[in-house]
Amino acid sequence: MTPFLAVLIPFLGAAVISLAANRPRLRDGLCFALPVPLFLTVVGVLVRRVGGDDAMEQTLVEWIPGVSLTLSAQPLGLIFALLASTLYIVATPYAIGYLRAGGYHHLTRFMACYAIALGATMGIAFAENLLTLYLFYEILSISTYPLVAHTGTEKARSGARTYLALLLVTSIGLMLPAIIWIGASAGTLSFTAGGILDDSVSPGAGALLLVVLLYGIGKAAIMPFHRWLPAAMVAPTPVSALLHAVAVVKAGVFSVLTVVLYIFGLEYTQSLLTQPLMLYIAVFTMLAASLVALRQDNLKARLAYSTVSQLAYIVTGALLATELAAIGGGLHMLMHGFGKITLFFCAGAIYVASGINTVSGMDGLARRMPLTMLAFFIGALCVIGLPPTGGFWSKWYLISGAWSTEQYLVVSAFVLSTLLNIGYLMPPVMRAFLRPPPDDEPARYRLSEAPALCLVPLLVTAAGTLVLFILADPAYRLLAMGIP
Amino acid sequence: MSSITELMPFVVLIPLIAGPVCALLPGRGLPWLLATLAMTTAFILSAMVLAAVFDGATLSYAFGNWAPPVGIEYRVDAANAFVALLITGVSAILLPWGKPLVDDEVPERQGSFYALVLIALAGLLGITLTGDVFNVFVFLEISSLATYGLIAHGRDRRALIAAFRYLIMGTVGATFLLIGIAVLYILTGSLNMVDIAERLPTAEGARALQVGLGFIVVGLAIKLALFPLHHWLPNAYTYAPSLISALIAATATKVALYVMLRFIFDVFGAAYSFAALPLAAALMALAIGSMFAGSWLAIMQSNLKRMLAYSSVAQVGYMVLGVSLTTLAGLSAAFLHLFNHGLMKAALFASAGLVAYRCGGLGMNDLRGIGRQMPWTLTAFALAGVSLVGLPPTAGFISKWYLLSAAVAADQLWLVGLILITSLMALIYIARVVEIAWMQPRPEGAPAVQEAHWTLLAPVWVLVAANFWFGIDTRLTVGGATRAAQALAGGVWP
Amino acid sequence: MTLLSFINYWAVIILMMTGYYCMIVRGNMIKKVIGLGIFQTSVFILFISAGKVIGGATPVLREGVERYSNPLPHVLILTAIVVGIATTAVALALTVRIREAYGSIDDDAIDAAEEDDRV
Repeated sequence: MTPFLAVLIPFLGAAVISLAANRPRLRDGLCFALPVPLFLTVVGVLVRRVGGDDAMEQTLVEWIPGVSLTLSAQPLGLIFALLASTLYIVATPYAIGYLRAGGYHHLTRFMACYAIALGATMGIAFAENLLTLYLFYEILSISTYPLVAHTGTEKARSGARTYLALLLVTSIGLMLPAIIWIGASAGTLSFTAGGILDDSVSPGAGALLLVVLLYGIGKAAIMPFHRWLPAAMVAPTPVSALLHAVAVVKAGVFSVLTVVLYIFGLEYTQSLLTQPLMLYIAVFTMLAASLVALRQDNLKARLAYSTVSQLAYIVTGALLATELAAIGGGLHMLMHGFGKITLFFCAGAIYVASGINTVSGMDGLARRMPLTMLAFFIGALCVIGLPPTGGFWSKWYLISGAWSTEQYLVVSAFVLSTLLNIGYLMPPVMRAFLRPPPDDEPARYRLSEAPALCLVPLLVTAAGTLVLFILADPAYRLLAMGIP
Repeated sequence: MSSITELMPFVVLIPLIAGPVCALLPGRGLPWLLATLAMTTAFILSAMVLAAVFDGATLSYAFGNWAPPVGIEYRVDAANAFVALLITGVSAILLPWGKPLVDDEVPERQGSFYALVLIALAGLLGITLTGDVFNVFVFLEISSLATYGLIAHGRDRRALIAAFRYLIMGTVGATFLLIGIAVLYILTGSLNMVDIAERLPTAEGARALQVGLGFIVVGLAIKLALFPLHHWLPNAYTYAPSLISALIAATATKVALYVMLRFIFDVFGAAYSFAALPLAAALMALAIGSMFAGSWLAIMQSNLKRMLAYSSVAQVGYMVLGVSLTTLAGLSAAFLHLFNHGLMKAALFASAGLVAYRCGGLGMNDLRGIGRQMPWTLTAFALAGVSLVGLPPTAGFISKWYLLSAAVAADQLWLVGLILITSLMALIYIARVVEIAWMQPRPEGAPAVQEAHWTLLAPVWVLVAANFWFGIDTRLTVGGATRAAQALAGGVWP
Repeated sequence: MTLLSFINYWAVIILMMTGYYCMIVRGNMIKKVIGLGIFQTSVFILFISAGKVIGGATPVLREGVERYSNPLPHVLILTAIVVGIATTAVALALTVRIREAYGSIDDDAIDAAEEDDRV
């Protein structure tokens, strides 16, 4: 039960799945089975870590003099790993059910890349230094490209092109030079409590590095480098759900949190000239993306912009550079993950069962898919941040963090954004439950939920958001272990 | 120690002797077998040689017991042992891979074909190991003449034109080198590298020496295909038989770079070379030109091999850029990329060769949807492409990392931007191929293509695996490159 | 006087430029090969003339001669000549093959044919 095992399992799984390409039953069985050992390993690591073990640092090889390929289990990373591996369990049956129901091809490639992406996510979560994080970050970008372009249509290919181009341009063009710069001046890249940059670079250089590094982490989708996320929505819904609501985007904000906490350090971040600038850009992203989401009729596009906005919450939390806000950011990563995957699962289920993919087409839908729409409602509550869902707690801490630094502008932005969340997430629910179907065709009143493989996962994650309302305290304490 | 000194010349002699024997062998199996055996033996020997010189020792072997500087001396330190390992290693992997492709492309008189291959490789190894400047010229011509012949074996008739134009350019380059050697001889009366280096200080004021250095650098820049002297390369790589494209792409330009560095650093001395001529500025300008022109032209190409050929021009730019930083770190990065680029280009050309073998054409239209029919080949191509772009955890990333670090350490921050921009250009041309091969449907009515046999795939995957192995375990490559740089410029450059 | 004392270098430069001009300007491949030959020969002369020691005799060991010219350049150039001949032979062989394949050995005609190949 070590971090390395958690990274290794999905990669091995991908290899095994590829080898079983010609035997669909065996392959599907492997796909179902793979998340279980991964989840157990992550839980094992978590138990050891909480039980007082050290960080289980594992150095695989000295990569570049002074920088090793090292994994370790840190609280924030454990939350992230736990989130991804838990949702992987429910997302796999959903993916298989969805792809079968939708008549998609090339399932082997899909499931293998899915597994590799999860392995890379584990690597990011357990990275002990910035270069290890960068390694898995790039693997994640590359391995998700085939998933986004999966259908191979002109639209999918151009979306995937935007996706890959933006992610790699930011990571190669900004993140890599920033890493080299940090490595050259600080002499180390290890994540250290309190940061490593303090005295090694001039204040001006530190301020520049913050901007370069935050934009370099393109997966955090800070405007104006957010276009890849709506572009990625051409992918089949299971990809949008697990990867573009959880693994990939959370890898982005996780990297931002990690960099702010362990490379810059909270105090140092606060002293930087560009900290207010980046903070306001994040706040702007939060509000602007919400406004854009209001205008999207396509359900997945609306959810995608909502994700951009929610990611900005977490980035804002990181950039407020206080413990409370950082913990709030970490919690929001978890809560929003559950909430948003539920919403995406629902969107996919609706599409598979009825072919509807727009908000305006959802009138009276609850008569046909009551369970799905109930889950959608709960997921929406979680993303908005209302009890009795976990989303309430993360927003609570984020706003408290902003309050404690007397950034009232940010506080009001959080509140305003919450109102906007209601504005774009409630109409689909209202339409589905309160409006009559557009015409009196009997089919519109007949119960027709999505296949069980799709339906059960979304109910599970919806229930998960409710459970997290109760479990927020242990998560808070775990995060507090890593954020002094 | 002494026994390895005795064995060292056999790295060159084995292929050189096996070559003519090969020409006499009948049929298809025997010449190939002999060639493979010869290169495998040479590979083992050069690994032993590298092991012997890894910690800074120098091996010296005097031919016919004529003591240097009168006789011809083979002189091996970490720098040439490293290059020799690349040449022999890549050819030992590629020869088994190329057998069915050669059967397909060169159905007759394979004896003389493999003889030429061996002689070309022997020539490259000779350039690498020798410590005598005239010997460099002779081996350069031996390998070049054999290479012209090999390129002309290509099935397309344009291969003949490519070979002829390469011959003209290559001979001009070699003759320039000869002029430089003549100047050196006139000024010092010696042909032995170490001896010349000792005698040169007396001639340092002479303008002729500057001229000599200029001729040698320009002559070798032609062989190196440094922008704007690269015109011979794309056609030669495109129309040559697949085996030859892969072999020379991985080795020939690398040897030219190595020997240029040997002249600049060991014969003329870095202090003199970079002071007498504005070499650093010139090399930097040409390197940047190579990087951009090569990448841009690669993006423009519609033939896969041609695209890879232009990409080679760009990659040579990175190596020369490392040299032009005039620091030890930059030189190490150049050596590192020399080795790593050999690996990635061998893998790329080898997988492209398999596509050509199975599917006939290498135009972008022929490639549409091919990924589904040849998944293993195209996955290998994509992974080697990742290495070319320079993403972790591949050898290409390690090269880029060291090159970028060297640029940062040399306070040339603007170069960081240029390197990254050209890396992204590489991403464009690689991603385009991947997208066409995997994400586009096969054109209507196109014949089904079969995946290559596993015996063909295995060497390609060995190369791909090497790209990943050396992207994670960098002890051999970084250690070798650092020591090679140390051997050349240790004590002169910071 | 100084001009004349460098007469060998002048000869070399003139030959070299002639050969180079021939190679670049001529479209006919045979003429290119001839130019290449002249170009190479100029360098041979450069090398050999460097071996001449003023007042020195032919380097054949014999009674009564104290100063000999340097024989080493001759030996080297013998090798270089062999290389040059081999190059010419390969070039001519390629020209023959090109003529068989294209029906012409003129650059322009071949460029035109290459355009056709591309289409």
